[in-house]
Amino acid sequence: MQAKKFIPLLAFVVLAGLLFRGLSIDPSELPAARLGQPFPEFSQPELSTGREVSVEALAVRPALVNVWATWCYSCRVEHPYLIALAQQGVPIYGLNYKDDSAKAREWLTQLGDPYQLNIADVEGSVGLDLGVYGAPETYVLDADGVIAHRHVGVLSEEVFQRDFSPWFSLGASLSEIHGEVGVE
Amino acid sequence: MRAVIFVLLCCSPWGASSTWAVIETYEFSSPDLERRYHALSQELRCPKCQNQNIADSNAPIARDLRVVLYEQLQAGASDDEILAFMVARYGEFVRYRPGMDRNTVLLWAAPGLLLVLGAMGLFAHFRQRSSQVHAALTDSEKSEIERLLQEPRA
Amino acid sequence: MIPELGHVSLIIAFVLAIGLAAVPMWGALRRDIAAMNTAPSLAVGVTVFVGIAFALLAVSFLQDDFSVAVVAANSNSLLPPIFKFSAVWGNHEGSLLLWVLILSGWMTAVAYFSRGLPLVMVARVLSVMGMVAVGFLAFSLLTSNPFERLLPNTPLDGNDLNPLLQDPGLIIHPPLLYMGYVGLSVPFAFAIAALMGGRLDASWARWSRPWTNVAWGFLSLGIMLGSWWAYYELGWGGWWFWDPVENASFMPWLMGAALVHSLAVTEKRGVFRSWTVLLAIFAFSLSLLGTFLVRSGVLTSVHAFAADPERGLFILIFLALVVGGSLLLYALRAPSVASRVAYGAVSRESLLMVNNLVFIVSTVVVLLGTLFPLIMDAFSLGKYSVGPPYFNAVFVPLMALLMPFMAVGPLSRWREDSARRWLHELLVPGLGVMVVAALLGLLGKAAFNIWIAMAVLLSGWVALGVIKDGWRRLSSGMTSGLQWRRLSPSFLGMALAHLGFAGVVLGAVVVTQESEEHDLRMALGDSELLGAYRFELQSLGQQAGPNYLADQAVFEVSRNGEPIAILVPEKRRYFASGQIMTEAAIDASLWRDLYIALGEPIGDNAWAVRLQYKPMVRWLWLGSLMIGFGALVTVFDRRYRSQAVRNPVPQTGAKAVAS
Repeated sequence: MQAKKFIPLLAFVVLAGLLFRGLSIDPSELPAARLGQPFPEFSQPELSTGREVSVEALAVRPALVNVWATWCYSCRVEHPYLIALAQQGVPIYGLNYKDDSAKAREWLTQLGDPYQLNIADVEGSVGLDLGVYGAPETYVLDADGVIAHRHVGVLSEEVFQRDFSPWFSLGASLSEIHGEVGVE
Repeated sequence: MRAVIFVLLCCSPWGASSTWAVIETYEFSSPDLERRYHALSQELRCPKCQNQNIADSNAPIARDLRVVLYEQLQAGASDDEILAFMVARYGEFVRYRPGMDRNTVLLWAAPGLLLVLGAMGLFAHFRQRSSQVHAALTDSEKSEIERLLQEPRA
Repeated sequence: MIPELGHVSLIIAFVLAIGLAAVPMWGALRRDIAAMNTAPSLAVGVTVFVGIAFALLAVSFLQDDFSVAVVAANSNSLLPPIFKFSAVWGNHEGSLLLWVLILSGWMTAVAYFSRGLPLVMVARVLSVMGMVAVGFLAFSLLTSNPFERLLPNTPLDGNDLNPLLQDPGLIIHPPLLYMGYVGLSVPFAFAIAALMGGRLDASWARWSRPWTNVAWGFLSLGIMLGSWWAYYELGWGGWWFWDPVENASFMPWLMGAALVHSLAVTEKRGVFRSWTVLLAIFAFSLSLLGTFLVRSGVLTSVHAFAADPERGLFILIFLALVVGGSLLLYALRAPSVASRVAYGAVSRESLLMVNNLVFIVSTVVVLLGTLFPLIMDAFSLGKYSVGPPYFNAVFVPLMALLMPFMAVGPLSRWREDSARRWLHELLVPGLGVMVVAALLGLLGKAAFNIWIAMAVLLSGWVALGVIKDGWRRLSSGMTSGLQWRRLSPSFLGMALAHLGFAGVVLGAVVVTQESEEHDLRMALGDSELLGAYRFELQSLGQQAGPNYLADQAVFEVSRNGEPIAILVPEKRRYFASGQIMTEAAIDASLWRDLYIALGEPIGDNAWAVRLQYKPMVRWLWLGSLMIGFGALVTVFDRRYRSQAVRNPVPQTGAKAVAS
């Protein structure tokens, strides 16, 4: 019996450990490349007023930046929860991503407007600079205006409590206040 | 053969109406730009898709990135500038050819390293074995064996 | 009723497999002849009941029994019957059943062809295969039951088979691929049996060698079909994408290539025994690893199954037991004393080891590249992607390194050879290919392409080496005239496979370097020139298929005013799923393919169109076919015909027998 003959077994044990770890990793989860950087410069019209806004307009911080569009089904799902968050005093800026501005205004009239303001990113150029690859996405802009977190997909109370609490401490659970809002 | 086991497509992430070839009709100002466009679009990974380059993907984000790629090429950006632009926004993830950094050194060095180590091992092995060839063949040894075999046992 | 019968049948097969895994193994331990003798009948029993289960699942598909979950998810009443049948393995559950069916088929074949082998060997081999069958049957029954019903809410019609899979290539591709994957379990079982018995000799190598060659041949054919299918069906004109799922099939192939060659040395010379056993374990382990990668969702692939951690965990545990157990057995039982057989650094042995080195480094590199994103993720070092640019950059030089040795290998002698003799044998072919490559550079109409020149040089070198070897066999000997009988199946198989490899390399380099592609808008009556070929869009129309409606465009291709072909690419919309598919139209020939795919309609009577000129792309698949058939041909060699126990070890290497 030689120690050398155990090398393949050892190599396999390492490999199996790696594969076991792999079972609990989601390979499609992609962290934002812009984390830790200031929100990119932009100059775009505001959705409702039409006046040009720049990054200085995102002044109330920490805040959420929510990427949404009327063509995005999941955005409709998370919309009521955004409204609940806004009512709780969480500042939310909207990035209306590659959308028809008229339709987007209609959406806000019908479903309510949780946003401080909305960047009308018709061409998707702000989204591109931010590293957006779909909607909905929600970013945390911390007190210094730095991108501190990104969530891809529907924002729900569960996700918010789990991932966003370092920046926003809400006293009571929102659902206790508003009943069952959140993901339908 | 992107499909070896397309069998597995059963629960495939290729959603409905997403499996036709992406064909776009960009006009390039030079054949060289067209060549670089094809090369880069095959080297950039679509951030949203399962495992496709932006050239083959029908995802909206892939389409957007192709537009950016086309515009930057036409504007005279170099390959490195374009890659840096993409990586700044979508991370190292978008490069199918990982750039050299602390983590990828092993990935890039592995083939050469393994080959050299293996070749050294083989070489040592053969030197040892080939000395046996000659050792086993010397005439004096042969006759020695003969002699021993023929010796009456004690 | 039928699905329940199928389920019961699968359970019976499971019970029989447990018997097969236990009884003959116990018999081998206790030298109980009666217990060992149960192995062949139990193997046949497993096959029969898995066969019944498979047939009943097929019947459920053909009868449109949408109460069965997999039928509802993967078939449709409008689907043509042949695709209803192939839909059986167009899903996770059914393909797993096919896996087990093929495994049991291999077991039966081993039982039948190994009657001349020592009983204890046969008992152990079949028992080890039985253990593998137990694992997969349990996997099927516990996590992926193909007979699960959707009751009482039976859908009226099924979701349809993914249109990508509604293609003749896909009817035979998975069975062939699985024949290869699963076939590697045979040399694996022989290796384990030999380790258990402590009998790791040349006769062991001779017994497992034909099985290895056949399995590897099927794997080659399966991979080739997949590549060909992707080329014509996906509409991109690509033929290899280095997707994790492709790599999952390619790694066993690479390791199998090393094993096929290493077995040659072990059979002929009785050396490298531990090494060869290890390769046999590795090759099948990589098959299992592939199954894990494809079905667990740890890697993102275009065609992985939906991530299912439960299934992933099951396969991982099974993988750990099989591979971990085998490697432990290897560590404990593999002979640690090197064989006394000697050989020189310049010999056929050394050349075959160079082959092993290159193939193993290639396997490790493909494995590393495939798992690298997972490794980085596991240690939270960031998200990386490793794709075609990496694999091509490292794989091409490795293959190029292999080829100079490939020509010398078949000509070389066992034990000890001389470089001077190699030079003598290969001087003429060597000069020949250099002249050809140089002429090609000077005379070619296009600009000199260093890659193509290299490919011509290396492929020509390999091909001429093989031809020289064949000529030497034919013409040497006492009598004058050509000795055709000297070309044994072993030699012919090797020659075919090596020529095929040279063809694949040449085709791959030429098609990569010289392809032309043009994406453009074409309206009715437009024409476009690509190289020497003129494509004219003559008419547009619609055509209804059995379960789809297709837009068609009719192109006339001409060269120098001479019409060559009418090509009709389609874009289909499938009724059941609403999926849209591109059906490329291809004019194929040995030297070039012309390829047209339709994109989207742009305006009135105009389409986005992709025109491609693909020189020598057929060589890839013709070459792969030659590799596959070459491997299969070797089995007909006389010395495998009767697997009776003989002493097969030629102790001297003076006779350069075909490997």
